Amino acid sequence: MKLEEVKQILNAEVLVGEDRLDREVLLACGSDLMSDVLAFVKEKVLLLTGLTNPQVIRTAEMMDIKAIVFVRGKQPDPETIQLAEKKNIVILKTKYPLYIACGLLYSNGLTGDEKKQEEGYEVKF
Amino acid sequence: MKLNFEVDGDDFLLAGEASSQVKKVLKQLGVASDIIRRIAIAMYEAEINMVLHANGGMVDVDISPEKIYIVFQDTGPGIEDIELAMQEGYSTASDKIRELGFGAGMGLPNMKRYSDDLKITSELGKGTKVEIIVYLNREGD
Repeated sequence: MKLEEVKQILNAEVLVGEDRLDREVLLACGSDLMSDVLAFVKEKVLLLTGLTNPQVIRTAEMMDIKAIVFVRGKQPDPETIQLAEKKNIVILKTKYPLYIACGLLYSNGLTGDEKKQEEGYEVKF
Repeated sequence: MKLNFEVDGDDFLLAGEASSQVKKVLKQLGVASDIIRRIAIAMYEAEINMVLHANGGMVDVDISPEKIYIVFQDTGPGIEDIELAMQEGYSTASDKIRELGFGAGMGLPNMKRYSDDLKITSELGKGTKVEIIVYLNREGD
């Protein structure tokens, strides 16, 4: 699913990376615990979270996550935005809570196609 | 190749910068992206721990063609029971740390999961040394 479609489904505002919405994501991860995100290693993942501090961007950077959706209408602080710009990570903001945002994306087809994962999108250790 | 970093214990914004720089170097060296990610995650967890629990410390990175060896040395409070700290879900983190999205008790388990070899030595009141080895050419299974 392209980020452009994610933006439309979640009625989201783009805070960073308006010109990079052609990026594709294959799967999403919804969590407010960064250590749990760090335990979840897959390719081309979209992160949905209600946490807005700069370490969310760091976590995304380590995981090669290219886009983040901040849920519940939370506005990240300027340091978070600046770090996302520096690290080339797209930031979206939606008013939906985490559960609804994940549900909308899943029901619109962002399900992490198992066959695709078998073909190597999922990294196994 | 040897790299050294001083991790500032007072600057939460900068936590992860050493991991970020090592990630960049490994990419330039042409290391496979899944191996880079494993190193970055293990290193980032260790770096975050240093900032949140030990007021910073030193990181020494030694990259050779076959492996990366990373040593984290801090002068923090030390870990009382390492075996207990290795258990998933066990954490001594404060509410403040938890509000930041950490302290889920997954830091050390993640370091172990993503490294090929993890060694932790600690003395109460003196500090903790964390050594991580990841082999650069090993095929993932």
